[in-house]
Amino acid sequence: MDTILETKDITIAFGGHVAVDEVSVQIPEKQFTSVIGPNGAGKTTFFNLLSGQLRPTKGDIYFKGESITKLSPTKRTRKGIGRSFQITNVFPNLTVLENVRLAVQSKKQVRFQMLKHFKSYKDQEEKALELLGEVLLKDKANSLASNLAHGEKRKLEIAMLLALETEILLLDEPTAGMSLEEVPAILEVIHNIKRQGDRTIVLIEHKMDMILDLSDQVLVLFNGQLLAQGTPEDIMDNETVQSAYLGGLYDDNSA
Amino acid sequence: MTNLQMNKSTMAYTLCAIALLALPFGYDNRTILFLITQVFIFGIFAMSYDLLLGFTGIVSFGHAMFFGIGAYSVSIILDRNEPTMFYLVIGAIVAMAIAGLVSFIAGILTLRLKSHFYAMLTLALAGLFLVAAEKWRSLTKGNDGFVLQIPELFRDRTNLYLTCLISLIVLFFLVRRFTQSPLGRILMAIRENEQRVESIGFDIMHYKVIASVVSGVVASFAGVLYILSLRFVDTSVFATEVTLDALLMTIIGGVGTLIGPIIGAGIIEFAHHWLSELSDVHWIFERWIILFGIIYILAVIFFPRGIVGSLMHMWGKKRYKKHNQTKNEQKKVAS
Ligand SMILES: Nc1ncnc2c1ncn2[C@@H]1O[C@H](COP(=O)(O)OP(=O)(O)OP(=O)(O)O)[C@@H](O)[C@H]1O
Ligand SMILES: [Mg+2]
Repeated sequence: MDTILETKDITIAFGGHVAVDEVSVQIPEKQFTSVIGPNGAGKTTFFNLLSGQLRPTKGDIYFKGESITKLSPTKRTRKGIGRSFQITNVFPNLTVLENVRLAVQSKKQVRFQMLKHFKSYKDQEEKALELLGEVLLKDKANSLASNLAHGEKRKLEIAMLLALETEILLLDEPTAGMSLEEVPAILEVIHNIKRQGDRTIVLIEHKMDMILDLSDQVLVLFNGQLLAQGTPEDIMDNETVQSAYLGGLYDDNSA
Repeated sequence: MTNLQMNKSTMAYTLCAIALLALPFGYDNRTILFLITQVFIFGIFAMSYDLLLGFTGIVSFGHAMFFGIGAYSVSIILDRNEPTMFYLVIGAIVAMAIAGLVSFIAGILTLRLKSHFYAMLTLALAGLFLVAAEKWRSLTKGNDGFVLQIPELFRDRTNLYLTCLISLIVLFFLVRRFTQSPLGRILMAIRENEQRVESIGFDIMHYKVIASVVSGVVASFAGVLYILSLRFVDTSVFATEVTLDALLMTIIGGVGTLIGPIIGAGIIEFAHHWLSELSDVHWIFERWIILFGIIYILAVIFFPRGIVGSLMHMWGKKRYKKHNQTKNEQKKVAS
């Protein structure tokens, strides 16, 4: 199995606090990798390093064997690393449709066209609507993104990520804070991508059942360090993980 | 439906344009026509400011610099050569080229940094141009400024009025199309959330620099027209008040609406005119900038969307309500 994304000793410190500490992992191509760990373990920070929002203080990141450590988030997205954000991060005063259409526009590489009306790109709008349909958000297409409920914003995040059609999808707690009725739709979207089998997915989640169900590989972060790495079964049986983390996880899940 | 609305607004604009085009043929109050000409010129200028502030979310404190560059380029070239159309065109091209270059440099130097750096650098550069205009007397004749000859055609007030109006119309539709283009949409997205624009794969630096350059070039063209209307240039074209005017016009008219700043230009220019007339009554009216300071503060507090912005908001709400009503009615019918 080829490795598509690899980190070597990546480390980042905020002031004195080391949020990600010498993490070296391989993400296998077209597999499903989950990242778990208690709150504040450094999962989101790890994603920020992969997608380029943050630069590591030490270490390197490789995409298909090539170092991308110094590339901007823009370049990394264009190379094929797309992500969604834990704290929803959309364009609040644009419509839901426009949010997704912009991502489609990026995918179609319409970057410097300044004379044609954006509505004349019918394909972009159609694609955006199709994606909104997939995440069950089509009826909100013409609302402003700022008027969406929390769960709907999450769906929008995912539609925008899907629009980019990147080889790698980094999903940061895509179902967190959603109402129970909303979760199945998103799970369905994730299952669909997995079933198609042509993309690499990395998922940060707290819901253990979801992780066991979906993952080929699980990474456990704890205090910024990689505590364990293996199949879901390995991780469940791993005693360090059990004692250091899993007990605690169920606690804060029930909270 | 949106297409229909778009056509509606285009139609409304076209009607206004036709009325304004006809105006000088039926109405010949020279003072007022001159004032309206100024409105057209500052409308262009404020519109260019809105492109930065309203559409891209970039704050400039030195927009007067582009106005001044336009004014001085064309003045110096007309002054040193025959005042013919040819040299006027050359002057305008030079003006826009210099403005483009300066805004490009200001952009690449600071737009990578936090937003206040662009504001500070443009402020500093505008100050630099002001000092240069004061000190480089051989070129600018310093603070006194100079009177210049302009091409025959524009000595006629009606011709000048029509030229400024047509420039405004053409630029308005061009800039509007620019803001509605895929690139313009990226600018609006940058205003909303830079980080996310990067993350979906657009290099924000390119777009901010493009916005800076387009805005600077359009502003310099306003400076060119301004000189044609005054036939005189002095260092006041680089003054901070000019930038402040653009800011006021944009805020009062409605940030990010494009037509708003033009309406704002009308309000400010006319208010300025009438208030100065009132200065015989009381000196406070001569200090109109104080009054506008107050209006500005009140506008920001109570009227943050500006005139056009508020109207659009109200209209949008109504439409939304109507939409919901029909939806509910449909539901009722269905059940
Ligand atoms: N930009 C930042 N500046 C300073 N500290 C930060 C920054 N980003 C994250 N941290 C700190 O780094 C640590 C890891 O945070 P991170 O958000 O990566 O955790 P997480 O594993 O995603 O947690 P959660 O499950 O709550 O999302 C936390 O202690 C956090 O306070
Ligand atoms: Mg997190």
